[in-house]
Amino acid sequence: MNVVYLDNNATTRPAPEVLDAMNPFLTDCYGNPSSMHTFGGQVHRRIEEAREHVARLINADPGEIIFTSCGTESDNTALMSAVESNPRKRHIITTRVEHPAVLNFCHHLGRKGHRITYLPVDSRGLLDMNLFRKSVDEDTALVSIMYANNETGVIFPVGEIADFLADRDILFHTDAVQAVGKIPVDVRMTKVDMLSLSGHKIHAPKGIGALYVRKGTRFYPYLIGGHQEHSRRAGTENVASIIGLGKAAELALAHLEEERLSVSRRRDRLEQGLLACCPNAGVNGDSGSRLPNTTNISFEYIEGEAILLRLDEHGICASSGSACSSGSLEPSHVLRAMGIPYTGVHGSIRFSLSRYTTGDEIERVIAIMPGIVKELRQLSPFGRDTITCPK
Amino acid sequence: MWEYTDKVKETFLRPKNVGEIADADAVGEVGSIICGDALKLYLSIDKETGRITDAKFQTFGCASAIASSSALTEMVKGKTLDEALQLSNRDIADYLGGLPDQKMHCSVMGKEALEAAIANYRGEPLPEKEEGRVICKCFDITEEKIRKVALENRLTTVDEITNFTKAGGGCGECRSDIESILRDLWALKLPQTPVQTKKLTNLQKIALIQDVIETQVRPGLQADGGDVELVDIEGNKVIIALRGMCTGCMMSDVTIKGIQDKIRELVSGDIIVEAHS
Repeated sequence: MNVVYLDNNATTRPAPEVLDAMNPFLTDCYGNPSSMHTFGGQVHRRIEEAREHVARLINADPGEIIFTSCGTESDNTALMSAVESNPRKRHIITTRVEHPAVLNFCHHLGRKGHRITYLPVDSRGLLDMNLFRKSVDEDTALVSIMYANNETGVIFPVGEIADFLADRDILFHTDAVQAVGKIPVDVRMTKVDMLSLSGHKIHAPKGIGALYVRKGTRFYPYLIGGHQEHSRRAGTENVASIIGLGKAAELALAHLEEERLSVSRRRDRLEQGLLACCPNAGVNGDSGSRLPNTTNISFEYIEGEAILLRLDEHGICASSGSACSSGSLEPSHVLRAMGIPYTGVHGSIRFSLSRYTTGDEIERVIAIMPGIVKELRQLSPFGRDTITCPK
Repeated sequence: MWEYTDKVKETFLRPKNVGEIADADAVGEVGSIICGDALKLYLSIDKETGRITDAKFQTFGCASAIASSSALTEMVKGKTLDEALQLSNRDIADYLGGLPDQKMHCSVMGKEALEAAIANYRGEPLPEKEEGRVICKCFDITEEKIRKVALENRLTTVDEITNFTKAGGGCGECRSDIESILRDLWALKLPQTPVQTKKLTNLQKIALIQDVIETQVRPGLQADGGDVELVDIEGNKVIIALRGMCTGCMMSDVTIKGIQDKIRELVSGDIIVEAHS
């Protein structure tokens, strides 16, 4: 059975070009870039090329890019560095809808005595900018607000936040793991101090990420040891994956327009197709300010894990904000922060596309999904409705 | 992804006995849409024989909730009400070839729906509505339910209680309350478990083993209608006899292993527990 992979916000298919670029560094070119001999030293030069590609994708200077092991490491490093470099200030502002890599780190800092403001979002998943501005005070050391939300795709006004913070002595970090490669991200225009990105969300392999740190920003390393990455991130480089990330960044830049146009067209077709066939369903998150590849739809009166397993029978991969599919008993913190009723949260399904998603795949999902919704509603003691699909 | 057995997957994809019984003799409803799972069980009951002639269900929930509901309806058909009440949530899970630990609460929901339906038929108050201090506010779980499920399934840790009842799985604030309920229930002196540094004399060892069996082992077994008797102690070998419901129980090996673990933990690591033959 052909897999229809619509879970690209979870992870993406490594691009064939990426694997080709990586292959020599897993076979013949296994030298240590720190070595004095040519065999190792040549690897160093290739790492610097990869750094240039990553920098170009977000319009940064190569010297501002630190390679890490993942998005979580980038986030943790950024937050820890901000705290270490501002020991006198004890206030951090973030949002209630951050990824756990930021949210749980803030909880951790909160337990250690920091004061954390978790900004709420409205029912469309948008920030109240007035409340944000009011939350900033003399004691604020750091603002960490994501570029785009992984569950709903909602994009935050990162540029506006950066402008507001520009003439204040406050560090601004953004978790841009979901935004980079999907929408234009430009750190010259959008003056963030630190920005996290992750390889496996942009068709590079898992286990590689990067942290952008604006030149002149005080920085404290998280991993301490050797002099790698100019002593900003110790540990022998994950050479092959760095090369892979470089290639993926190059491809992402080349495909950026396509990502925005054809991917969003397919996403819109999927969304309209499903809403037309499934009553009591609705999109979560503001559709005016959203990633081009993401749609999050609540199918009321049925439970997300059950939907996912029925989709799985047809080879369709998606994800859900329901409690049962999260591994915990709590449903999505993002949808709950938006005040989505429980009936909607438990039945929420996220479809996230990539440039590899085809129109046929979208039509297959539109053909299969209404039947699943109907069957599960017939099982449910709550929703009784008939599906009317214009065929 | 959950590790569901083939039987769970098959039952979820093709559940049996779905729907309502229009003139049902008994209806049992548990859970809520807020909690993320809910089950409505319908029974037809033969008034003469007291046997369940038909069972149907409607379930809002995940794959294991739907599979557990289907299994429940299959299992109760043809049984008298008293026979049906003998079913435990473990039986539902076993029927499905087991459920992932974190999904055991789905089998508990099945058992509760059955109890609710039969109480409804007999005109008794719903077990859920009985007095009880709410411990877990996120999922509205009472102390009584935690004690009941802990006894029925011999649960000793907070994580197990969460797996079986969801209690403690939300904000987590009640986890210390659950811990003290468990400590009280099993009379465990958890933090003060004595570390045996001195070698025990034989007499001390025998007295300690007797004490552990009396206070730590028997209450749990008796709650399930079983019992255990200490027959003899020879060196590090403890010979016991299972009594009551434990006699001939398929799980007796597991029970004996559990008793051995408990004695090893509290008396000495080299103890071997054997059944009296």
